[in-house]
Amino acid sequence: MVSLNTINPGEKCKIISISAYPALKRRLKDLGFVKNATVTCLYKSFSGDPTAYRIKGSVIALRNADAKKIIVNTPEGKDYEE
Amino acid sequence: MKNKNKIITLAGNPNVGKSTIFNFLTGMNQHTGNWSGKTVANATGKYKEFFIADIPGTYSLHSNSPEEEIARDFLCFEESEYIIVVCDATNLERNLNLVIQIAELNKKTVLCLNMLDEAKKKGIAIDINKLSELLNMPVFGVTAKKGKGIKEMIDKLPTLEFKEFKLKYSPAIEESINEIEKSLPEFIDNKRWIALRLLENNNDFIASLIKYKNYDFYSNDKLIQLMQKEKNLFGESDNISDIIAETIYEYATKVKKATTKITEKKSDKDYLLDKIFTGKYTAIPCMLIFLTIIIWLTVKGANYPSKLLSYLFENLEYYIKNFFIKINLNPLVQSFIIDGIYKVTTWVISVMLPPMAIFFPLFTILEDFGYLPRIAFNLDKCFACSKSCGKQALTMCMGIGCNAVGVTGCRIIDSKRERLIAILTNSFVPCNGRFPSIIVILTIFFSWSSKYSGLTTTLYMLIVICSGILMTFIFSYILSKTLLKGIPSSFTLELPPYRTPQPGKIIVHSLINRTFTVMWRAVTVAIPCGALIWILTNTSINGVITVNYLINLFKNFGNLIGLDGVIISSFILGIPANEIILPLAIMLYSGTNALTEIGNLESVITLLITNGWTIKTALCYIAFTLFHWPCSTTLLTVYKETKSIKWMLYSFIIPTFIGISICFLLNLLL
Repeated sequence: MVSLNTINPGEKCKIISISAYPALKRRLKDLGFVKNATVTCLYKSFSGDPTAYRIKGSVIALRNADAKKIIVNTPEGKDYEE
Repeated sequence: MKNKNKIITLAGNPNVGKSTIFNFLTGMNQHTGNWSGKTVANATGKYKEFFIADIPGTYSLHSNSPEEEIARDFLCFEESEYIIVVCDATNLERNLNLVIQIAELNKKTVLCLNMLDEAKKKGIAIDINKLSELLNMPVFGVTAKKGKGIKEMIDKLPTLEFKEFKLKYSPAIEESINEIEKSLPEFIDNKRWIALRLLENNNDFIASLIKYKNYDFYSNDKLIQLMQKEKNLFGESDNISDIIAETIYEYATKVKKATTKITEKKSDKDYLLDKIFTGKYTAIPCMLIFLTIIIWLTVKGANYPSKLLSYLFENLEYYIKNFFIKINLNPLVQSFIIDGIYKVTTWVISVMLPPMAIFFPLFTILEDFGYLPRIAFNLDKCFACSKSCGKQALTMCMGIGCNAVGVTGCRIIDSKRERLIAILTNSFVPCNGRFPSIIVILTIFFSWSSKYSGLTTTLYMLIVICSGILMTFIFSYILSKTLLKGIPSSFTLELPPYRTPQPGKIIVHSLINRTFTVMWRAVTVAIPCGALIWILTNTSINGVITVNYLINLFKNFGNLIGLDGVIISSFILGIPANEIILPLAIMLYSGTNALTEIGNLESVITLLITNGWTIKTALCYIAFTLFHWPCSTTLLTVYKETKSIKWMLYSFIIPTFIGISICFLLNLLL
């Protein structure tokens, strides 16, 4: 189990739990970040933060501080070739 | 709203083409944008016997921001006859979350699958019949961009049959729903949906429920007991809403799997473009290149139509004068109309219209392409450092168009603190009313003699805009350390797929829109201001021309900050609109030597220089144009958005303070 911000671009993982404060949690839920959802890390912004993720078919950018609150399983492997 | 039973509400995620459908049906030119939250308030229009309501895009019925709350309350509590949920066919799964939430309302709901052509191109095939069967609601496939299938869908609405949609939750939740349903009073309809919301125990939502359903749920002891029991059963209240959300997503995934077939390999076009536009070494250069190209085309392209327009207006003036002489009009009235009203109005049109008419279509093309959210993505780190939100980049982009629009656009920012920062700093980016006058001054003072005058003006303009942006960062930081203390909250931003813009349509629309806007401003603002200035310059009190009182009053202050009494007076008289500040100054100057043909740059330069303008004056003028009080429309918008006189005053004081300080320093140092 690791947090989402440690996932590297190209890696895919599954959400185990989210431990954010209520407003953020609700927002994440609306965007598709729920238990068991698959997330792919796509790319980081040029400054390294925020990071773009593919979730439920769309691309969502999250700050690393927020991604830290999403617990995922260890990546299964690369979805995209870097 | 009148005629409640004839309302059709367009709902959907941000950026799925709701506004395109709305425009197609109602013929209104509500601008459609490729970034989330462009429709920030409800818009209504008419199609045949129906009222069409376009509500802000929302990801779910659990609101997080003011614009989403508008959407939620409208969907849940307004009595519309039909709800059309617009979905992006290329991104069905996430979209289905909202569809299912709305379906649970059990109103007459239709699913409108948009962007079918794009889906086809990406090799995505969707089984519409199967989708309709699984969601228990009518489904229509349309291509809004081309207007395909929309009218057919609306025309079919009255003939449709609507069935009940019921999503099954876990047995434990179902049992709780049942118990709560039973304890609700008879007159409340759609009990199952209300029971679910009560289970979620979201205070905001319950407050809305109480307001709209006219029933105080907290006064029902049995209900309170039940809710407490569920809380104990499921743990925290958050927990149960998690389970509800997960159940909905599970079903969405199931529906998507059963109805969607991807025949070709997914196109990586978006991924590759993002690699360029957000890449480590390419992101900033790309942003600067786009900005440079836009400004250059605006500066360069505006020259010819400007010259043509001012030539036409000069000739027209000659005929009007002749006509007045022929009908023997009083010379004073003649002067009032020609020197007062006509000259200011024609300046606004001939100098202001061409840059706006060029800038806007170009900007809209970038926007429709989907580039703007990438700017927010790239710059978020800087905003995070100044303790604000990356979405502020989007509101700044809107501000380049019009600061009042930018201020309204701040609704897309979730956190109240960050929203206020974005509102207070919005006027730091030059709006398009200030754009042309900055370009004029840059051209005549800094690049007039240059061989590549268009290019030099562009580069200087780039510096001006970047200083505005820099000041935004600095002041966002200062504000979050003083007036609006706090840490940055969360930042979630959707990066929508890139879409091919339709330049032809955009240019025509934008040209017509801009022309009307500028003409309207000319009529409502330039004419009265021109008249006022004429009166001030042609009447006298105690032998001194009236306006000189104003000019003398600000003379010393103006000199202190590198300007003069005339410029300060023009800025003050120009509060209704920034476009007229420069023409006002020119009128005030020419009031003393009455020679100038307004609208002709060569004569403007002579006039300014004879009135003591130097490079320093020009620099201070530009700095003060960039940083001074916002126009009255923007101030009013700030009041409307914050509902506080205090914040409106701050939005006036902060830029003014910065402008005065910068000009003072420039004057001292140069």
